[in-house]
Amino acid sequence: MKTGGVTALLASFGYAFLLAPLVLVGVMSFSADSYMSFPPSGFSLRWFEALAQNTAMSKAARSSVILAACVTMLALLVGLPAALAVARGQAPSWVAALLSAPLLLPSLVLGLGLLMALQPLALVATWPGLVLAHLVVVLPFVTRIMTTSLAALPADLEAAAATLGASPLRAFWRITLPLALPGVIASATLAFLVSFDEVVISLFLVGPRLTTLSVAMFRYTESRTDPLVAAVAVTLIVLTTLVVVAVDRLVGFSRTVGRV
Amino acid sequence: MTRRQTGVLLCLPALLLLAVAFVWPMAILARMSLNETADTGALVPALSLATYTRLASDSFTWQIAWDSLVLAAGSATVATLLAYPMALFLFRTKSRYRNLLAIVAIAPLLVSGTARVIGWMAILGDGGMINAGLRLLGIPTQHLINNWTGVRIGLAESVMPYTVLALLAGFGRLDHALEEAAATLGAGPFFRFWRVTLPLTLPSVTAGWMLGFVLAISAFITPHLMGGGRVFVLATEIFDAATQTLDWPAAAALSVAALAGLSALMLLQSLVARRGSV
Repeated sequence: MKTGGVTALLASFGYAFLLAPLVLVGVMSFSADSYMSFPPSGFSLRWFEALAQNTAMSKAARSSVILAACVTMLALLVGLPAALAVARGQAPSWVAALLSAPLLLPSLVLGLGLLMALQPLALVATWPGLVLAHLVVVLPFVTRIMTTSLAALPADLEAAAATLGASPLRAFWRITLPLALPGVIASATLAFLVSFDEVVISLFLVGPRLTTLSVAMFRYTESRTDPLVAAVAVTLIVLTTLVVVAVDRLVGFSRTVGRV
Repeated sequence: MTRRQTGVLLCLPALLLLAVAFVWPMAILARMSLNETADTGALVPALSLATYTRLASDSFTWQIAWDSLVLAAGSATVATLLAYPMALFLFRTKSRYRNLLAIVAIAPLLVSGTARVIGWMAILGDGGMINAGLRLLGIPTQHLINNWTGVRIGLAESVMPYTVLALLAGFGRLDHALEEAAATLGAGPFFRFWRVTLPLTLPSVTAGWMLGFVLAISAFITPHLMGGGRVFVLATEIFDAATQTLDWPAAAALSVAALAGLSALMLLQSLVARRGSV
């Protein structure tokens, strides 16, 4: 019992250290000051108002949403068939390894390589360039979750459908896909969040006319220290939590992604 | 069509995408590192190791490589020390809030890295929480940000969720019966931890530290924003070479060398881990 108490006490230090910056972001977003100082001289909603009036941030946010939506759809289109092949053991083993390889590489190096490859093709600071780059980052997550989700399905269901005369495509469309839907929703959510949050690779590939919200936040923080970015972060935290809770209610993240 | 052919066909879109947007860029990066840079800064197409030798003969390169190693090792150590009791608590607790507490431990991953830096600025900055506390106590204020201290703290926090997960994954080997046996034989709580719990969890501590180290040495956002332009590490140097000085061969060569170093380190760790488990 006594050791349990010591562990709990030390664990609470860890939690405090880990959560302190998040708590402070929350406090700062309601600051009434025009610069970062603690404690704030008063509380207000002025930074949320400033955010609503900041056209650069809202334009970047709109781009981020469009980008993440395109990337999510394409990643599912490309990732689902591949996950199906891996889950059924039809894919050579090197394919599975290659599919998760981009995760092993530091994003900085991947971003640099993409910059050097896309520059001669005039694809830097364009939608196709950003979509391609984000697809590489998102694909490992989609294929991994979908492979787990598809491998957990009973194999004889498709066989039963085939016996009853369904073509492989029809069996997939009517049997496999509906059963794998929780996995599809979970991987789509994660794909969207990962794309929306991606910053290092995007830094190499954005331009003055096309930028993402995470890059805009990064650039803002580089040059100024006021609580505007804290207001952006709090807005995003609220939205992310809503999405994650909604999806969890719908399909159960712990069931599809695996328990933490 | 055979099963094999169907499999390849299903993977084809993904393989094409990875060929275009992953394998090709990495090949370009490797090729770029063999080009040279003229004194004017212009790129000279070549097929030589001149960029590597130029970087290797510059003592600044070795300085930032060493600083990066020390910084990543320090951050990984802080993260592991703080994450260990968290993982142990999550592993042992019978609390009905266990799942919630586990989610809270990895929740920071869902918050953008820039936002967490803002939080640290409010804590460590000259007008931040800690210095406000020091002023209240009449103690001279400290510079805790825009230097190595700040970056070390920020990096430790940013890799901690991964460290907790890695530790937790390895704690399966920890059998509570062994700790109870030690207690029955009269071992006190601290002796028990030192002689039973810690040795049993040591492999996962190594794995957790290693993961933290690799993530910390590859991190760019935290050193760039919390270093205030005074902290030079491999990641910031690669970024500056690519986007400020536009010395692409140098950026590429540094990346290739860093990747080679990291791969060697991970290979070494897996060899050691395999030897330890035999």
